[in-house]
Amino acid sequence: MTTATKPAPVPAGPTTALRPSLKVPVSLGVLSLVALVFFGFLGPSKTAEMKVSEQGDAMELPAILIPGQGGGIALAILLLAMAAYSVYLWSKGERSPKWLPIAFAVVFVFALLVWIVAGAREPSISLAGLIAGSVTLAVPLVFGSLSGVLCERVGVVNIAIEGQLLGGAFTAALVATVTHNAYVGLLAAAAAGALVSMVLAVFSIKYLVNQIIVGVVLNVLVSGLTGFLFGTVMAPDKELFNTPARLDILPIPFLSDIPIIGPILFEQSVAGYLMYVAVAVVWVGLFKTRWGLRVRAVGEHPQAADTLGINVNATRFWNVTLGGAIAGIGGAIFTLVTIDSFTKEISGGRGFIALAALIFGRWNPIGAFLASLLFGFAYNLQSILGIIGTPVPSQFMAMLPYLVTIFAVAGLVGRSRPPAASGIPYVKG
Amino acid sequence: MGVVKLELKGISKAFGSFYANQDIDLVVESGQIHCLLGENGAGKSTLMNVLYGLYEPTAGRILVDGKPMNFRGPGDAMAAGIGMVHQHFMLIPVFTVAENVALGAEPTSPGGILNLEKTRKEIREISERYGFDVDPDALVEDLPVGVQQRVEIIKALVRNAKVLILDEPTAVLTPQETDELLDIMRQLKAAGTSIVFISHKLREVKAVSDVITVIRRGKVVGDAPPTASPTELASMMVGRPVSLSLNKAAAQPGETTFVVRDLTVRAANGTNVVDGISFEIAKGEILAVAGVQGNGQTELTEAILGVQEHVAGSVMLDGKELLGLPVKEVLRSGVGFVPEDRTHDGLVGPFSVAENLVLDLYDQAPFARGVSMSPAKVSGNAEAKIKEFDIRTPSAGSAAGTLSGGNQQKVVMARELSRPLRLFIASQPTRGVDVGSIEFLHRRIIAERDAGTPVMIVSTELDEVAELADRIAVLYKGKLVGIVPAGTPRDTLGLMMAGVGPEGGSNDN
Repeated sequence: MTTATKPAPVPAGPTTALRPSLKVPVSLGVLSLVALVFFGFLGPSKTAEMKVSEQGDAMELPAILIPGQGGGIALAILLLAMAAYSVYLWSKGERSPKWLPIAFAVVFVFALLVWIVAGAREPSISLAGLIAGSVTLAVPLVFGSLSGVLCERVGVVNIAIEGQLLGGAFTAALVATVTHNAYVGLLAAAAAGALVSMVLAVFSIKYLVNQIIVGVVLNVLVSGLTGFLFGTVMAPDKELFNTPARLDILPIPFLSDIPIIGPILFEQSVAGYLMYVAVAVVWVGLFKTRWGLRVRAVGEHPQAADTLGINVNATRFWNVTLGGAIAGIGGAIFTLVTIDSFTKEISGGRGFIALAALIFGRWNPIGAFLASLLFGFAYNLQSILGIIGTPVPSQFMAMLPYLVTIFAVAGLVGRSRPPAASGIPYVKG
Repeated sequence: MGVVKLELKGISKAFGSFYANQDIDLVVESGQIHCLLGENGAGKSTLMNVLYGLYEPTAGRILVDGKPMNFRGPGDAMAAGIGMVHQHFMLIPVFTVAENVALGAEPTSPGGILNLEKTRKEIREISERYGFDVDPDALVEDLPVGVQQRVEIIKALVRNAKVLILDEPTAVLTPQETDELLDIMRQLKAAGTSIVFISHKLREVKAVSDVITVIRRGKVVGDAPPTASPTELASMMVGRPVSLSLNKAAAQPGETTFVVRDLTVRAANGTNVVDGISFEIAKGEILAVAGVQGNGQTELTEAILGVQEHVAGSVMLDGKELLGLPVKEVLRSGVGFVPEDRTHDGLVGPFSVAENLVLDLYDQAPFARGVSMSPAKVSGNAEAKIKEFDIRTPSAGSAAGTLSGGNQQKVVMARELSRPLRLFIASQPTRGVDVGSIEFLHRRIIAERDAGTPVMIVSTELDEVAELADRIAVLYKGKLVGIVPAGTPRDTLGLMMAGVGPEGGSNDN
């Protein structure tokens, strides 16, 4: 730096230094101390048993045994070490690497699991069952968040995922009952979801109504409409209208016997297999094809896409419609796989959790899939822990999925970047 | 398809009752650089958007090689051999160069899978032919603005553009990058491409044009040869004689009262957008901060005002530390501040001119007593200021947002100069302001200097810097490249704006 004039002898104020944020070191430190006190020193005396395979599986593996208190202390020390590393990096003026909070979260959840299981009446849990059940509960979330990915990538915020799930669930139950065919029900659910989405598309793209407001209104509308039809049509004549044919579980021979992986990947309904296909297709479509390049261009910089002859609003309309169809299929899972009939509000807010999964998954189909699995895990943990009888109050357990959501979305893994034009209507000129 | 002749006949474009273009005739001969000269808001960009198929003309015809065209969208215009480089680049920042170039005409393998190998090859070919030095696999957001502009030109050339429209292409470039662009334009012309060059900068227009068409308020004023004098051209743009130089008196610097030391501002992404800047300004002196847009000027002025978070260092005014004080305290210390974006930060558009003139003093005597405001005092103040600053407004009660850019800026300037000041900061004081108002605003700034206030001007226009500055500070990537006296040659300033210090050596890191 060169200055042509000499600096004036005026006293300068104290100079403060800039350091990286303390957010990560402090939160890791506090959490690891909590783990040390509760999971370690106040930890249960029993030993937690984690079963890896079920009796009668093709390969039986021994269960993992972890003493409640000793295991708690060991895991807490591991957590403290990670927190200390984070503080050390901070003191050197560096930021914590991204893997650190993730690794911390995994170990913390495992310590929590050991603490809860060892303190339960029946200190034994099937790890394989826990994970397989998580996948089952995650399926609607995955479809919902894929819908969100498709809509936001093209520049439309889809708050109406909840309505699309609910519409899909209702239509699937009704049609599968009337036609006695679950597959027709599945298709009808997709159509219902697409219909809800088209309303969102028309109002937000053509009439430029605020997308959040249209989405919220649609959720309320679908909830009211399905509730009304349930009360007036389904409930009075359950046999005729609300005993849908089921989507059978189709295990793939041999492969489904592999411990842990088998039940997750190879023991699903058609919709379950469809989920894996959908994640792969949406990912390849978005990032490897002409269609995807245009979709992302429209979501990032619609005016640029327009100047290259891409029809922005048509692209948006059809993508949002497709997203609705996918969410509709997700809704069908409730009535055709998980539960055997439709009830009011059967989706129970999972559309909003799917929205969170999409953000946590950083607008990426695979990220959204993994985030959905995490939330599915939280749902499943809640129900399994209720069964083995933990000392933790059931109300607290019921909060678990939502707590996980808040912490996940509040950015434990850092800030993420949405498509630049998401939520902004495109008007020429 | 060989060379193309482009004709616009009687083009009009209306937005509601307002005519942005009225009955415009324009002929672009093949292989020429045809300049459209006009002030901001004269209707140049609207005309080009009509030509590019983005707007449908209200009346008139477009002919390519004598054949009438009906462009329903940019796709049709591109098919007819017209390419456009927009003032705000139409590039997707998170895509690679190849993806941006391919978008809209993507080569694919069977099944719609992208295959960008052909595009990469084309980019490398064009890049080599014109010496662009563009990597097809670089992310656009990582590229300097000048290179992004080349990507835009490549986009048009890959689509076989025979007529290339460049809309204010030099607004974001350093003087050196501008010279390189002018060279590229000459090369393209030699290769048979016609160019429509839109600009309001006389120097560049004269340097490169074959024909100049001047547009004012949506109408063609006339053609001029590139040999016309700058004063002549400026008079055609404005519609009345203008003087292009101020002939200000030399500065009489007094005591140094404003001192900035090691000022650092950290952005959300962790980089220092202002990096250890130190300078001082004496009473009765104008320091102009020059630099290409986005090199920390905005953050520097905002840090002094106190609206930036994550700031370190020291800002002393009259021996008092300003850093860390609330904005209101900073203003009370006698800082007048004209922000660079007046419509967002300088005015409340829907508020009246009179209200905007007291935005900083509304809660103080004489405009307020206790909890009540005194409307009579507010409008009395407005009448006086409207007269003093020659603000052209229907009335003091008109919404400020409805005024022209120049008059909005006069409102902001009138408000900020109405208090006794200890420091005056004006960021881009004449951006988007008509030539007539520029002269007036410049005279007011110099009057404030002569009244003994330290003045800091931030401008990306070297002409403005040269006009006003007593000393010139140049910023590059948040660092101070150096402070040089007024009258430093343009070439030296241009190099400094690219990070090369006044005594040689690069500050790039």
